[in-house]
Amino acid sequence: MSATPHPLDLNVELVEQLLVRFLRIEARKFGFQRALLGLSGGIDSAVSAALAARAYGPEQVLGVMMPYRTSSPASEGDARTVAAALGIRLEKTDISAMADGYLSGLPDADRLRRGNVMARCRMIVLYDRSVPERALVIGTSNKTELLLGYSTQFGDAACALNPLGDLYKHQVWQLARHLGLPSEVIDKPPTADLFEGQTDEGELGFSYAEADGILHALVDERRSVDEVVQLGWARTLVERIVTRMAANQYKRQPPLVAKLGERTVTHDFRYLRDWGR
Amino acid sequence: MQPPMTRVSLAQIEPALGDLKKNLALHEAEIAAARAAGAQMVAFPELSLTGYFLKDLVAEVALAPNEGPLQRLADLSKDITIAAGWAERARDGRIYNTLGIFEDGRLIGAHRKVHLVTYGMFDEARDFAAGDRFRAIDSKHGRFGVLVCEDMWHLDGMWLHFLAGVDAILACSASPARGVPAGETQLRSQRTWNTIHEAAAALTQAHVLYVNRVGCEDGIVFGGGSRVVRPDGIEQARLEGLDAGRLMVDLDPTLVRRVRTATPLRRDEKPQLVIRDLRALEDQGEL
Repeated sequence: MSATPHPLDLNVELVEQLLVRFLRIEARKFGFQRALLGLSGGIDSAVSAALAARAYGPEQVLGVMMPYRTSSPASEGDARTVAAALGIRLEKTDISAMADGYLSGLPDADRLRRGNVMARCRMIVLYDRSVPERALVIGTSNKTELLLGYSTQFGDAACALNPLGDLYKHQVWQLARHLGLPSEVIDKPPTADLFEGQTDEGELGFSYAEADGILHALVDERRSVDEVVQLGWARTLVERIVTRMAANQYKRQPPLVAKLGERTVTHDFRYLRDWGR
Repeated sequence: MQPPMTRVSLAQIEPALGDLKKNLALHEAEIAAARAAGAQMVAFPELSLTGYFLKDLVAEVALAPNEGPLQRLADLSKDITIAAGWAERARDGRIYNTLGIFEDGRLIGAHRKVHLVTYGMFDEARDFAAGDRFRAIDSKHGRFGVLVCEDMWHLDGMWLHFLAGVDAILACSASPARGVPAGETQLRSQRTWNTIHEAAAALTQAHVLYVNRVGCEDGIVFGGGSRVVRPDGIEQARLEGLDAGRLMVDLDPTLVRRVRTATPLRRDEKPQLVIRDLRALEDQGEL
């Protein structure tokens, strides 16, 4: 550990304790002792899998690899390495036929549409597979991704429990090292692997270090845009991130319900999901 | 001859959200365990009979005086003093976040949470009416000043209990675990609580009995960390970690007197000065 910790560094032992309890308790309340998740070979799903393995026991966790025909073979190799390191069960469902069954009729569909279809195919596989598995779908969206809206609604963002949602990417990396995940998974550039050569940072147009630093100052430290700029971040970048955060708020909310009556779901029918549990 | 020690059991439990029946059973089990261990008193966290993030459930689980679960606690208190929390439906329809003490088969006193926490993740003032007083409760085990969670974060309650000369501040919480920066050896929320407990004990020269809940409601993990701090501000005992547990302590009945003899804070307190200053500030429109 370096002498001066990064401002976003966490006490990872405590983080692990809290997240393992969260996974265990919230699953138990609904009668679940097992979990499954999409294992992409990337760092987010690796950390979620490691936490689930600690919460439920490795044999109770199923990792599902869901490559499309253009997916990088290296990603599959990394997913296998993660599953082997954690001792969790691993399955593979190729989504090419499923996705192409729809996409083959849409030659003009652009990269974004194609990527969203793939992400939603994977959601269908996980939710279907969760039934015979009697398992909850564990999410892999980190806080940076949630705040930027860098995910597919009803796709990779869909899950029952998300242990990573309050961890910035920097913190996911830190937790990954603490959890002893394979270094090749930690050190490779993050990618959604939806098309060849894609990287998160290339697609976003800024680095995770920039996004994390700016988001943390805005959201957690409640600084104004001017105050964040005074910290040394470029104003154009700060404003771009603020705009992006607001524009994607819809992805973080349930669908809007039009109010008619005296008591309306999502408006004034106020119960926790853990109602009665 | 010295009076006997009072053995208190702090029940760090995990209530179910909105399930009175299940939670009453949890109380019964903890009361039985405390009794078996020779405790004269057992204390539960804030809203121990109902769970915490109730929202619209508040009106559905609120209990009128002497309603079933409260009568049951009263009945169980014939040979052990019980402090527990519930949503109290008053006769006028207002619902309070209440912590009451049962003894010798009846409710001997109750505190309605004054400082409802309504910021960040909390929304209590929407769901509860606020209490409007701090009054000590006299038990056969001493004089108790009850403070419910956020009540501990304000000076007024502990000061009034200090003036009343309570032997113990009973601080009951449903406090979420949060704040995990590197360089901290414990949760930031727990560190802040510990500072408050020690300050409260040292300044009131009373025992601080802090009982917090554990478990998780919609992703929010409660911090546990129940603790006893002596009237000299020194920690006597604590529960580690975030799991359910039972903290059994013997309170030294001579310690309050000895600490107050050595350092007579109450003798030198000037409440009339405070009254005069408050009146003056009020007259000047500065309150």
